[in-house]
Amino acid sequence: MQGRVVIVGTGHAAAQLASSLRQQGWQGEILLVGEEPCAPYQRPPLSKDYLAGERTADNILIRPAAAYASHGVDLLTGRRVLSIDRATKMIALDDGQQLSYQKLALCTGARARPASIRGVGSPGVFYLRTLADVDGIRANISPDKSAVIIGGGYIGLEAAAALRGLGMAVTLLELQERVLSRVCAPEVSDFYSRVHREEGVDIRVGVEVLTIENDGGVKTVVCSDGSRFHADLIIIGVGIIPNVELAEACGLAVDDGIVVDELARTSDPDIVAAGDCTNHPNDLLGRRVRQESVPNAMEQAKTAAGTLCDRPVPYQVYPWFWSDQYDLKLQIAGLSEGYDQVVLRGGKDRQRGFVAWYLRGGRLLAADCINRPKEFMVARQLLARKLAVAPATLADETIDPKNWLS
Amino acid sequence: MPLIHYVEANGAEYEAEVPVGESVMQGAVDNMIDGILGECGGVCSCATCHCYVDEDWFDKVGPPEGSEQLMLEMVPDPEPTSRLSCQIKVTAELDGLIVRLPVSQY
Repeated sequence: MQGRVVIVGTGHAAAQLASSLRQQGWQGEILLVGEEPCAPYQRPPLSKDYLAGERTADNILIRPAAAYASHGVDLLTGRRVLSIDRATKMIALDDGQQLSYQKLALCTGARARPASIRGVGSPGVFYLRTLADVDGIRANISPDKSAVIIGGGYIGLEAAAALRGLGMAVTLLELQERVLSRVCAPEVSDFYSRVHREEGVDIRVGVEVLTIENDGGVKTVVCSDGSRFHADLIIIGVGIIPNVELAEACGLAVDDGIVVDELARTSDPDIVAAGDCTNHPNDLLGRRVRQESVPNAMEQAKTAAGTLCDRPVPYQVYPWFWSDQYDLKLQIAGLSEGYDQVVLRGGKDRQRGFVAWYLRGGRLLAADCINRPKEFMVARQLLARKLAVAPATLADETIDPKNWLS
Repeated sequence: MPLIHYVEANGAEYEAEVPVGESVMQGAVDNMIDGILGECGGVCSCATCHCYVDEDWFDKVGPPEGSEQLMLEMVPDPEPTSRLSCQIKVTAELDGLIVRLPVSQY
């Protein structure tokens, strides 16, 4: 456990990997190198309280920049890794530096999926993925102005909530027939649509955006059905794609993400990978997955660090996610993909909190818990312990969910 | 600056100076203490910053409330002095606080 570990990337996985390497006994050099100009920061607040102006760049840092140095971790920011030479175990940086590594960790993350819309490059049009993106958005926020958000996924909805909170007029355009269509049941989509409409967001579904026209400041979003929406600010949130190019170019296995095993090892024994960029096996789900979440980044990074320190602990955890919008805390346990039944606990039409349980063949796959933290925690345990609960029981509000675990 | 003592499940002990106003979770993350994850960044969504407050300190720290309490009922291995450390704000009065960390956060 001597020599230099180079961690490519400065996101959540990278920051956790550095910390876990030190804790698990790596005594050699640890170098984090990433393109972004600042120390690792938390990405989730970007579409929530950082966008809303309630937090500063300093207080979304995962830890203060000085904390890396004080634990012997070198941080090289604003530097891009151009290539990896696996034969000589060297990486080349965009400033001409060549660095050797004993072990390499790829935490290259993901980037905003480009939208095929004409005029995307206009001023005042932003993706929402990085701190720089959101600083650009914040400079265009004004209570008397209007915003159009393209994409009704979590990023789009969270941004809509933040901008409404700042008094902007917000229109949200979604290509599919409902918001959150890729990740939620129609019942959950309906709930979020209702709440956003109550909060004053103009949600339009089944709308394909073709062009953004820019007429000196005010922009117009033109859709395929001829509808036009004027906006001072446009935010595009149509998903992310994993950054796999470095891995691909040096011949590592890549298949919808950098292919790793349950110990976060790539096809090269000296290279591990963790986070949004990986495609990994999950025995609990019985298949390989690529996940886009902070918990996945951090927990897989811990496994990767353990692997490098000869303390192998397989990464086998049920996925979970969260999303904060207005006074709604959504916590999601499991992956709902492939469900054939949805059971609701609590009323989605009146209250601001309920649970949607997702089942397949009577077996629990996932739960969307809105302002229901206890059910969320129970759902995680039900999944981990493969416990079955009858649908009628899941729906029964008179039963304390705690009883299902005994 | 208040000194917080973190005791990992394997017995490893760490001391960290944590500024007043910062959370006990953030103090662990800042100091690369791995027994606390804090995946959600401190918004009480994940319960991966579970700790056991030393009994002598529990009165000063106080009990959990609201969603923290509901989540703590369901964490692995809860105890009467369990707290989510992101919800414990460090004050001058907590100088010397001892928290023990669970075997696993998930």
